[in-house]
Amino acid sequence: MAIDRKQAPPIVDAVNFNLQLKPYQSYTLRNGVKVYAVDAGAEDVIQLEWVFFAGNSQEEQNLVAATTNFLLRNGTSTKTAFQLNEHFEYYGAHVNRACYNETATISLHTLSKHIGELLPVVKEMITDSTMPSDELAIYQQNMKQRLKVNLKKSDFVAGRLIDVYLYGEKHPYGKYSRAEDFDALERDQLLHFYNQYYTQGRLILFVAGKLPANLIALLDTHFGDLPNQPVAVNQHPLVLAEEKKYRITNDPEGVQGSVRIARTFPNRHHPDFLKVQVLNAVFGGFFGSRLMSNIREDKGYTYGIHSFLHNHIQHSAWMVSTEAGKDVCEATITEVYKEMKLLREELVEEDELLLVRNYLMGSILGDLDGPFQIIGRWKNVILNGLPETYFYDSINTIKSITAEELQALAQKYLREEEFYELVVV
Amino acid sequence: MIQFDRFTLTNGLRVIVHQDLSTPMAVMNIMYDVGARDEDPQQTGFAHLFEHLMFGGSVNIEDYDEPLQMAGGENNAYTTNDLTNYYITLPAENLETAFWLESDRMLSLGFSEKSLETQRKVVCEEFKEHYLTKPYGDVWHKMRELAYTVHPYRWMTIGKELAHIEEAKLEDVKRFFFKHYRPVNAVLVVAGNVTTEKVKALAEKWFGDIPSGEKYVRNLPQEPAQTAARKLEVKANVPLDAFYKTWHIGNRLDGDYHATDLMSDILSGGGSSRLYQSLVKEQKLFSNIECYHFGSTENGLLSIEGKLVKGVKMEDAEKAVMAEVEKIKTSPVSEQELQKVKNKTESMIAFEDMSVMNRANSLAYYELLGDAAWMNEELDKYAAVTVEDIRSVAGKIFREENSNTIYYLSNN
Repeated sequence: MAIDRKQAPPIVDAVNFNLQLKPYQSYTLRNGVKVYAVDAGAEDVIQLEWVFFAGNSQEEQNLVAATTNFLLRNGTSTKTAFQLNEHFEYYGAHVNRACYNETATISLHTLSKHIGELLPVVKEMITDSTMPSDELAIYQQNMKQRLKVNLKKSDFVAGRLIDVYLYGEKHPYGKYSRAEDFDALERDQLLHFYNQYYTQGRLILFVAGKLPANLIALLDTHFGDLPNQPVAVNQHPLVLAEEKKYRITNDPEGVQGSVRIARTFPNRHHPDFLKVQVLNAVFGGFFGSRLMSNIREDKGYTYGIHSFLHNHIQHSAWMVSTEAGKDVCEATITEVYKEMKLLREELVEEDELLLVRNYLMGSILGDLDGPFQIIGRWKNVILNGLPETYFYDSINTIKSITAEELQALAQKYLREEEFYELVVV
Repeated sequence: MIQFDRFTLTNGLRVIVHQDLSTPMAVMNIMYDVGARDEDPQQTGFAHLFEHLMFGGSVNIEDYDEPLQMAGGENNAYTTNDLTNYYITLPAENLETAFWLESDRMLSLGFSEKSLETQRKVVCEEFKEHYLTKPYGDVWHKMRELAYTVHPYRWMTIGKELAHIEEAKLEDVKRFFFKHYRPVNAVLVVAGNVTTEKVKALAEKWFGDIPSGEKYVRNLPQEPAQTAARKLEVKANVPLDAFYKTWHIGNRLDGDYHATDLMSDILSGGGSSRLYQSLVKEQKLFSNIECYHFGSTENGLLSIEGKLVKGVKMEDAEKAVMAEVEKIKTSPVSEQELQKVKNKTESMIAFEDMSVMNRANSLAYYELLGDAAWMNEELDKYAAVTVEDIRSVAGKIFREENSNTIYYLSNN
C-alpha cells in the first residue's frame, strides 16, 4: 500500500489537552517550618531542597551571601570539608548549594534508601558550619582566578553589563563580583550572616520523588527544632541607566560579538506577564520563533538567538540574547527591531498562533514529566507568592489569547526606544 | 531493569520499543552509525554540518520543525566522533507525526542549496562561539592532533578548520546521505506511552518501504601504540597557565572499561576525590583539576587537566599530578574508596534513568554498540570491579610513553 508522504498524519491539537499539575502535600514541622512534598516517580530517588531567605538581597557587602552559601559544605566543628564530602559521596548523594537574589539553598539528591544517613549531616551544615579561614582563602583565590578567565569571554562581560543598565550596580539583580570584593571578605562577616540567615533564619522545605513513609517524621526530628525566625527580604531601589546604547571592545581580536537587547519589565504579578510569555514565544522564545527563523535559519548570522523574561521575583526584564559574527552584529540588531515592528504593525496569523499554542502546551506537558519538574513549578508559585491557580491561569492564557491582544502588547512593550542595546566583542 | 521489545524490518532497520505508561509523552530516537571518525580528512566537520542539514526539509516535507511544533513536539540532535543522534519528544497521541517526519528524511533529504548555504554560516558561527572565542577553546584541537597520528579521532566533531565547512558542496552532501543515512545503518527507538503493536504497525507503514541501503563497513586506520611521550607548549592570550595530559585507553567494549571509569572517579569525582583533595585543597597548586575520559567507541583518551594557581611553576604542578598517578599505580585503593565510586555510579544511573528520553537514548547507544540488553548489565559490570583491577588498569594506562602533555601558557 502506497502512502501519501506529503500528507501529514492527523494530530490532536495540544491546545485541547487537559493538563494537570499534580497538587503538592504540605506539612508543618513543630517549629512552623513548611514542607511542600510531591510523591511521584518510579525510581527510588529523592530530591530535597532547603530554602533559606539568605540571598544577595540580605547582604551588606558584596559576595557575603554567595560565599557563606558556598562554604556551608566546607567544614563543621566535627568534620572537615573532606569528611563532609566523603560522607555524602560515599552514599552516592549530591549536595549542592546555590545562592540567588532573595533565597539561598542547599539541595540533596540521593537514592531514597540512604536518606537516614544523610539528613543528620545536612543538619550539621545548617547549625554547625565553621567557615574555616583556610577554606575561605582557597575559595577567594580560586574564584578570583575563575573570574579572570570569565572576563575574557564576551558573553560573560555582556551579561554583567546589561544587568547593570537594567537594575543598577547596587541592586542585587545588577551587582557583580570584582576581585577586590573577594579580597574584602572576612570570616567573621560570614559567620554572622550564617547565624542570622541559616541557623536562626527562615526555612522552607521542598521534597519530591518516591518519598519514604517516615520522611516527614525524619524531617521533623532533624529540622523541627531550628529557630526558624521570620526574615524580611530587603528591598532595593531600581536605578536604570540613562544611556541606552553601548558598544564595548573586550577582545580586539574577537571574531564574535555578544549582543544583548533588553528592557525592564514588571514581575509575575502584573496582569500582562502571562500574556507576554506567549508573545515572547512568537518573538524569540523557541526554535520556530520569528527571531530564530529570520536571524539563524534565513540569514545564518548566529548559531542561536533567544528572547526571554528574566526569572526574578521583584522586577523582571525582557531580553534578546545572541552571539553573532562580528561583522553582522549591527545587521542582527536591525533585524531584531524589524521583528518588533512587524509584531506592532501586523496581526499574528492564526496558523502561527495555533503553532505557538500547540508548541507551548506540548512543552509544558513534556515538562510535567517527573516529580522534580512538578515540585519545581510549585516552588515557583510559592516563592513568588502567586495564586495556586497560576499554572491553570497560564494554560488558559495560552489557549485563549488573541492576535489582537498580542499586537496590543507588542505596541505597549516592543518599543525600540525603550530597549537597552549592548554589543561586546 | 529496563524492559524493551526488539524487531528488525525487512530493510534492516532495527527497532526497539520501551514502554512507560507513567508518562503522557512519547520519545522517538534515531541513531545513525556515522560520526566525525567517518569523515574524509580533507572534509572534516561534515557529519556535524550534515546534522544541521537534516532540518532543512526532506523530499516530501518542506519544513521539518513546523509540523512537529504544531503537534506539540520538540526535537534536537547531536553529533559525536562516533555517531549521530536525533530525538523527538511529543504527546503520545501525536506519535505518528514523528514517524512521518523521520521516515521522510530517511527516505531522502530535500537537498536545498539555500539550506546548505545558511547552515554553513550557522556552523561557522557555532565553531567561533565554542572554539575560537573561548579562552582555551582550541586546546582539544591541539590535543587530538598530538595524541592521534592516523586515527580520525585526530579531529574534533566540529571539524579541523572553518575552511572545510565553508567549502562543503551539495554533491558531497548527497553522497554522504546515501552512504550513511540508510535503514541498515540506523537504530530506531520508540519509548514512553506506546505499545509494541502500534509501533510495529507504524514502523512498517512509514519506514518499511525505504530502500535498505548498503551496510557501511568501517575500515579506519588504526592508531599504532604510542612508544614515546609527546609534549607541546602553547602560548596564548589566556589569564592562567593550564596543564593538560592524556593517556591512551581501550575502547568501549574493552574488559578494562568499567575499571578505568571508576579509576577516573577515584581520582576526580567530587570534593573527596584524590586529585582535588591533594592538588587543590592541600598543596594549593591548582585552582581546579579534573580527570575524565571520553567514553569513545574506539580506543580513547583519559585526561587530567587543570588550571594552575598563579605563581606555581608548570613543572612543579606536573610533578604533583604524577605523584598521585604513581600512588594509584602502586598502592591499592581502599575498599571504602572503591565502594564510594560504585555507589556514586549506581545513584547516577538511577537519576539518568528517570527520564524516558535518556532511556531511549541509552537503548539506541547500546544497540549500536552491539546489544541494547547491555544497558541492563552495566551496574553488575561496575559492581564486579576489584581493588586489584583498579591498580591493574592504572598500571597499563599511566605509562609516560603512552602520554601526551600540553603546557598551555599564559603570555600575559
